[in-house]
Amino acid sequence: MSKFIIRRLLTAIPTLLVISFVVFAILELSPADPVGNLPLTIPPEVRAQIREKMGADDPFMVKYVKWVNQFMINEPLNILEETTGISIGNSEERLRYISWQTRSPIIDLVIQRLPQTLWVVGTSYLLAILIAVPIGVISAYKQYSIFDQVGTFLAMIGFSVPTFFTGLLFIIIFSVNLKWFPSVYDTTHKVSISDIDSVIFQLRQMFMPTAVLALFFTAQMSRFTRSSMLENLNQDYVRTARSKGLSEKYVVLKHVLRNSLIPVVTLIALGIPGIFQGAIITEQIFRVNGLGQLLIIAIQGGDLPTVQTLTFIFAVLIVFGNIAADIAYAILDPRVVYN
Amino acid sequence: MATVAKSKPIKLDDVEPEMLKSNSLWSDAWRQFRKHKLAMIAVFVLFFIVAGVIIGPFFWTVDPEHIEITESYSGMTTIHPFGTDSLGRDTLARVMFGGRVSLAIGISAMLIAMFLGTLVGLLAGYYRSLDNILMRITDMFLSLPILPLLLVITLLFRDSLRKIFGPEMGIFILTVTIIGALGWMPTARLVRGEVLAVKGQEFVLAARSIGSPDYRILFGHILRNVFSPVIVAATFSIASAIITEAALSFLGLGFPPDFPTWGRLLFDGKDFLTITPALVIWPGLFISLTVLCVNFIGDGLRDALDPKMRK
Repeated sequence: MSKFIIRRLLTAIPTLLVISFVVFAILELSPADPVGNLPLTIPPEVRAQIREKMGADDPFMVKYVKWVNQFMINEPLNILEETTGISIGNSEERLRYISWQTRSPIIDLVIQRLPQTLWVVGTSYLLAILIAVPIGVISAYKQYSIFDQVGTFLAMIGFSVPTFFTGLLFIIIFSVNLKWFPSVYDTTHKVSISDIDSVIFQLRQMFMPTAVLALFFTAQMSRFTRSSMLENLNQDYVRTARSKGLSEKYVVLKHVLRNSLIPVVTLIALGIPGIFQGAIITEQIFRVNGLGQLLIIAIQGGDLPTVQTLTFIFAVLIVFGNIAADIAYAILDPRVVYN
Repeated sequence: MATVAKSKPIKLDDVEPEMLKSNSLWSDAWRQFRKHKLAMIAVFVLFFIVAGVIIGPFFWTVDPEHIEITESYSGMTTIHPFGTDSLGRDTLARVMFGGRVSLAIGISAMLIAMFLGTLVGLLAGYYRSLDNILMRITDMFLSLPILPLLLVITLLFRDSLRKIFGPEMGIFILTVTIIGALGWMPTARLVRGEVLAVKGQEFVLAARSIGSPDYRILFGHILRNVFSPVIVAATFSIASAIITEAALSFLGLGFPPDFPTWGRLLFDGKDFLTITPALVIWPGLFISLTVLCVNFIGDGLRDALDPKMRK
């Protein structure tokens, strides 16, 4: 098993290298100018010197190797140092990967923005799993019942209506008309457990972005759980279990559910990178200043290093999501041959 | 022995008319498809949306770009059934115009994705030597973060394409190409799997034994047999292309402001939610309805074309 995990992790390295190359190449081809944002009063000679200092005129491969070195070796070391407090090598001289817009290290920006994204995205994903699995199970068990038909229809709607429309609808209904929830997420708000008002405020402002995302994931996952349950309910082992005289509850919850959840768990792992991408739109609607909003601002401002970093982080998430799904499958399903 | 029913000779009058009809794949599929009620409703609703969007502007002759400041933010009146925006432009005309663009993008992007996906899938499934490399490339593309990349590519290549094809056509070509070029991978995997299952069958061997060249076996025999899953995938791919374009426009990276698409209308309308929510509701409703219908039709087609799915 551990051999399989190690081998699977090793195959990620070439994939990540190729993806990093693609991301880097696309951005390098762009016309954006690193000194374009500087004041026009700077004379051209100085401007040229700044460009030289930034390494903007280096050959393509030199830039790429520098970038990979900075991104895959230097920045992880920096994070390690900050979290553990141990200094490795001479950390003072190590170059940071700097954003063109804010002039601060990008990894620091990412760390600042990450909690907001994780709060909204994480809560909605957990919520969706908790709602979707029971709905899927009941729908499949009572196939063609009213519950199933209403459930499948609603799931199809939740799956088809794009999040940017549900988000705006929620604002119109809950924020403009009913005035229940704020439409803008206040990131400066500090939550402390002792202060019950601050907790309530946090829950209220999280409600709409979380609900919009949760609705979409629930629709997707309940459809999937339902079809996976249906596949298993007609299997021979279910008939065997029933004919042994096991109670219906035991058959469904112990035998069928366990087997049906294998692909569902895989889908959950595969879906994690997708939810971060889905958060890009939701964060934009509700002005949550998370990773997605950072990406949009960076794109609009032509801040190439930030865009490169974030796109690459999304790619890393996908690759590791895939690995997690593979490993989950290998652990959960003894039929999978992984050697 | 008495319990066994005597077999009667079958008379032509006893046979239900259903059974006498031709039984080609398509008539059979159509008969199955009609049983899927929601899919049939979806066909009608989608037909009305498409007809309204295409024919509508000939009857509703208001110019979508006509500015009438005195009539801005009008509610639903007989002159402006869907209301007007901040400049007094007629929302109904804009939604119809936007629908044309959104549907055109959905269909064109689907065609590109299906073409690439089917080609890669056919080649990978048929030629052993190409299989590994093509599937590695497919996996690579599947690991790319689609939405961020779409945003980045649109931003970077917008200006150069604008110069060549003009502001609207340039963005149209760019959007369609990148949505298509980043959406072919699931189809490629699907087609490859189907080809692997089909290519071992006798009819392929028979075709080869009478000396059919590879291209005829691939495109004449195998392609026809893997066509039904491709059609289902194509349907779902239209839905996702429409949503992707709307998402791009919604993030402000799609078409120029004076060129309405459904996503762009949502983007423009979202700043006036407190004044006229209708600006957001109409385009949003049409995106959602179209995607919902297309998805239901896809579901119906899958049930109709895949004999294993039948109840």
